[in-house]
Amino acid sequence: MDFASAQVIGAGLAAIGVGAAAVGVGNVFGSFLESALRNPAAADSQQGRLFIGFAAAELLGLIAFAVAMIILYAR
Amino acid sequence: MAAAGKIDPMHQFTVEPLVPLHIGPYDISFTTSSLWLLIALVVIYGFMALGMKQQLVPGRWQVAVEGLTGFIDDMVKVNVGPEGKKYVPYIFSLFCFILVSNLLGLLPLAIVGIHPFTTTSHFSITGILAVVSFSIVLIVGFWRHGLHFFSLFVPHGTPKVMIPLIAAIEFISFMVRPFSLGLRLFVAMIAGHILMEVFGSFIVSGFSGGPVGWGVGLLSFAFIVGVAALELLVCAIQAYVFALLTTLYLNDAINLH
Repeated sequence: MDFASAQVIGAGLAAIGVGAAAVGVGNVFGSFLESALRNPAAADSQQGRLFIGFAAAELLGLIAFAVAMIILYAR
Repeated sequence: MAAAGKIDPMHQFTVEPLVPLHIGPYDISFTTSSLWLLIALVVIYGFMALGMKQQLVPGRWQVAVEGLTGFIDDMVKVNVGPEGKKYVPYIFSLFCFILVSNLLGLLPLAIVGIHPFTTTSHFSITGILAVVSFSIVLIVGFWRHGLHFFSLFVPHGTPKVMIPLIAAIEFISFMVRPFSLGLRLFVAMIAGHILMEVFGSFIVSGFSGGPVGWGVGLLSFAFIVGVAALELLVCAIQAYVFALLTTLYLNDAINLH
């Protein structure tokens, strides 16, 4: 296998991590909504924590994206 | 792969000098990046100036400005407490700058031939913002608590045996903060713009490719409308998250934990 094809395959494999982060982000918002509907009065006060959880989950997906880009554009 | 239809999604992030300027070995040219930084400054300044007339009965514009300042003020008050009042101007500037630069980069001005440049899609900008935030946290922490600031690495009620391990983990998570702060904003912006560029090129090359190509083009068009809406949301969320995390780190420095 030559370098260019290995590079493209590697970048594609690295992109799997983005999907995993999508599961994480969905989990964060899903769990928030689930508990917010149980106790709507407490929902607003937890919005800050919601976004911290979202940011943490999203960061890992973005790192996977950055790795894919580094592999794709490596010389 | 056809050479003619090759998509080059990274081209939009090139920094091009508008007014070349060299002092000694340093290149301090006025670039597209500097131009859009200036435009962001003008937009923010204009928005604030129009709403700062301090009328007793506020007009629409003043309500908008008061809403923005009140939003940041509330965020700092909830997360830091009354001690955080001093840091509201910094958090506010941070939020406004990131929000406006993100949104400016999304403007569809390419139709009239102007290509907006997203200043926050460069790690040199977001990294500096993150380093400034981190330095403020360090300075405030050591100023207020002296060497007692290191107790940040040992949460209350940690069993004696666990202290070395917990302290090491907390130290690593503390030192990673500036990187994660800058990286998150930079990668979120770059990813959105690459996605839009790639699907934009699908529309163009799809419509020169027969009936199947038209289908692909139409699908891409529908998709890109959705992505553009999502990008607007991401712009606001990233600005909010950056400001929120800075506030939380400041809270660690001011109140320890």
